[in-house]
Amino acid sequence: MLELVSVSTLNGLLYGMLLFLMASGLTLIFSMMGVLNFAHASFYMLGAFFGFQLSHWLGFWPAFVLAPLAAGGIGALVERYGLRAVHRHGHVAELLFTFGLTFVIQELVQMVWGKLPVDYRVPPSLDFTAFTVFSTNYPAYKMFELATAIAIFLVLLAVLTRTRIGLIIQAALTHPNMVAMLGHNVPRIFMLVFGVGTGLAAVAGVIAGPALVTQSDMAALLGPILFVVIVVGGLGSLAGAFVASLLIGLVQTFAVASNASLAGVLGPIMPGAPAAIRDLWDVTVAQVAPVVPYLLLVMILILRPAGLLGTRDT
Amino acid sequence: MAAVDAPRIRQERRRTAWRLGLWIAAAVLFAGLPTVFPSGTALTTMSLMGIMIVFALSYNMLLGQTGMLSFGHAVYYGLGGFLAVHAMNLAIGDRLPVPVIVVPLVGAAAGLLFGIVFGSVSTRRGGTAFAMISLGIGELVASSALILRSFFGGEEGVTTNRARLLRLFDWNFGPQLQVYYLIAAWCLVCMVAMYALSRTPFGRMCNAVRDNPERAEFIGYSAQAVRFIAFCLAGGFAGVAGGLAAINFEIMNSVNVGAAQSGSVLLMTYIGGTGSFIGPVLGAVLITFLQLMLSDATEVWQLYFGLLFITMVVFAPSGIAGILMMHAPLWRARVLHRVVPAYLLAALPCLLGLAGVSLVIEMTYRLTVKANEGSAFRFLYQPVDAKSAVPWIIAALLVIGGFWLFRRVRPIVADAFGEAMLVARRKGWA
Repeated sequence: MLELVSVSTLNGLLYGMLLFLMASGLTLIFSMMGVLNFAHASFYMLGAFFGFQLSHWLGFWPAFVLAPLAAGGIGALVERYGLRAVHRHGHVAELLFTFGLTFVIQELVQMVWGKLPVDYRVPPSLDFTAFTVFSTNYPAYKMFELATAIAIFLVLLAVLTRTRIGLIIQAALTHPNMVAMLGHNVPRIFMLVFGVGTGLAAVAGVIAGPALVTQSDMAALLGPILFVVIVVGGLGSLAGAFVASLLIGLVQTFAVASNASLAGVLGPIMPGAPAAIRDLWDVTVAQVAPVVPYLLLVMILILRPAGLLGTRDT
Repeated sequence: MAAVDAPRIRQERRRTAWRLGLWIAAAVLFAGLPTVFPSGTALTTMSLMGIMIVFALSYNMLLGQTGMLSFGHAVYYGLGGFLAVHAMNLAIGDRLPVPVIVVPLVGAAAGLLFGIVFGSVSTRRGGTAFAMISLGIGELVASSALILRSFFGGEEGVTTNRARLLRLFDWNFGPQLQVYYLIAAWCLVCMVAMYALSRTPFGRMCNAVRDNPERAEFIGYSAQAVRFIAFCLAGGFAGVAGGLAAINFEIMNSVNVGAAQSGSVLLMTYIGGTGSFIGPVLGAVLITFLQLMLSDATEVWQLYFGLLFITMVVFAPSGIAGILMMHAPLWRARVLHRVVPAYLLAALPCLLGLAGVSLVIEMTYRLTVKANEGSAFRFLYQPVDAKSAVPWIIAALLVIGGFWLFRRVRPIVADAFGEAMLVARRKGWA
């Protein structure tokens, strides 16, 4: 039991930190530009596929650096030549533009790499057991993922709170017009934030790719969960995104690891399944795991519409 | 007083007569289509178009009229369809005297009910928050569909048999032609209902909430209440579409409540145009036709859809209907023919660029996914080998040349349109 709890906690933290790598960019972009980047998870997928292709050609470490740069570069171009052109048509048009982009990126990825999972492997230099918890061997690659995510989180925090550009970004979050009046090039800051945000999502893709399955539907699977994260955390709140990422990471990991079901819990008291909930009777918590984030979303919306740490209503 | 109002009343009467004429024309068109296109494929296509028209119009009650961007509208379509299938199976099993014609009402009730349930939590906020919540609820239902097996039937779905329900006047609705007429009738009824709804004070309040929720609140209406009612009604009409789909396909599975179906209705509505009533109708007809036709012609047809959608968002956010409406003053002033030469001139670079882009897409597809089937294929009746350099150079020339020519032709088209508009304005039509 203790073994299960400690391994699940580690895995949950890891998943949560990966979610936060993506959600941080998404919520920064949203609070600065008012644009919900529907295609954010697509950049995560691009990161994974670029990482696969570049590590095939150059090895893992060059890919680890170059793939996020490439994906972030594409992100910046999308902002500069796509979103900015649509901006005058309003937020709905911007949202729809990124929605169309998810289609196009998914189809392009399918066209180039096919629909089957690609063989993106853990690099040999990280393919060993880091430590053993009770009897479970914990792989070093997962520790590397966790370390990368935490390092990026610390750098992001330092940049946002300790540097000049971070101050300008923070100011532009709440008062974009005032920042422009002071002579800063707000469109360029937007492009930068969009590029860095999509680049961070791509980092998550590069490091998660070998551990999870690198496949053309990975964006469609993860995208909705990202939105849940930023709504649950509170739209535009970076701290909220952090808390919600860890929460959803832990909840989902523990749910996947649990074999409890209604039959198991109530079985001793009640002999048979009531007809109305026969479907739910034998379903284990692990099978319900995909639904959990969305249930959490609905709960939050009923109890606290602004999100856990959100302050503003959109 | 009466004397002053007389011309206005006369004008209003003329408009009403004109609209009535349009609806009668639509009814005649719906009734006559099977005579013009009697083939089986045409009937299936037209049945599907009818269903999608209802679905897209219900979606536009949200997006176009109330300004609510939903990413989970298929929930109400799908749940309507599922309950319709279960109702049909129940009627067959218990031999209840229920004709097929009323089955869409079950779908409507289901759509309305789930609209009330989910609308009460999701319509508190508009804008982007609503969009995300609708996405979350869509995913919630789609992932629950795989768990609740006895209702959603798991991966295979739930099947039914429409021909075993009560017969009406010797019609058992087995043949596709009879189903077409059923769908056409329901489609027309729903179209009239939704159009009428958009003309009521409630419809106008929806527009007000879309344009400026704050001012709508100031004149005493709750924006949340208006959004909620619009959401429930849109869910009800989506449920009718789902019920029609259940009758047409005789099967419902979890794909019908999923994100792909929600995305598809958004695509249809937006490409058709959200600004006018006819837009979603055009979009539903065109996209259904393209989906069936393109999926035969190329395997990467969804990529073309994505590109078409992005092109529309960037260049024509008012959709096909918006472009047509832009030309209404020219038509009335009888100067439409003046822009035709410029449009024909602009069509050339567009077609060149399109040919270039699709050549690149098809060649890439041959070299990657289809690599083991050889690199030779036919493009526009020409044999092409994707491994040789020549077609790539031709494709690049087509794309670059098309783009360059388009840049040159664009001012000419703008000028022609501007001049024609000037004439129309002088004649008092704009």
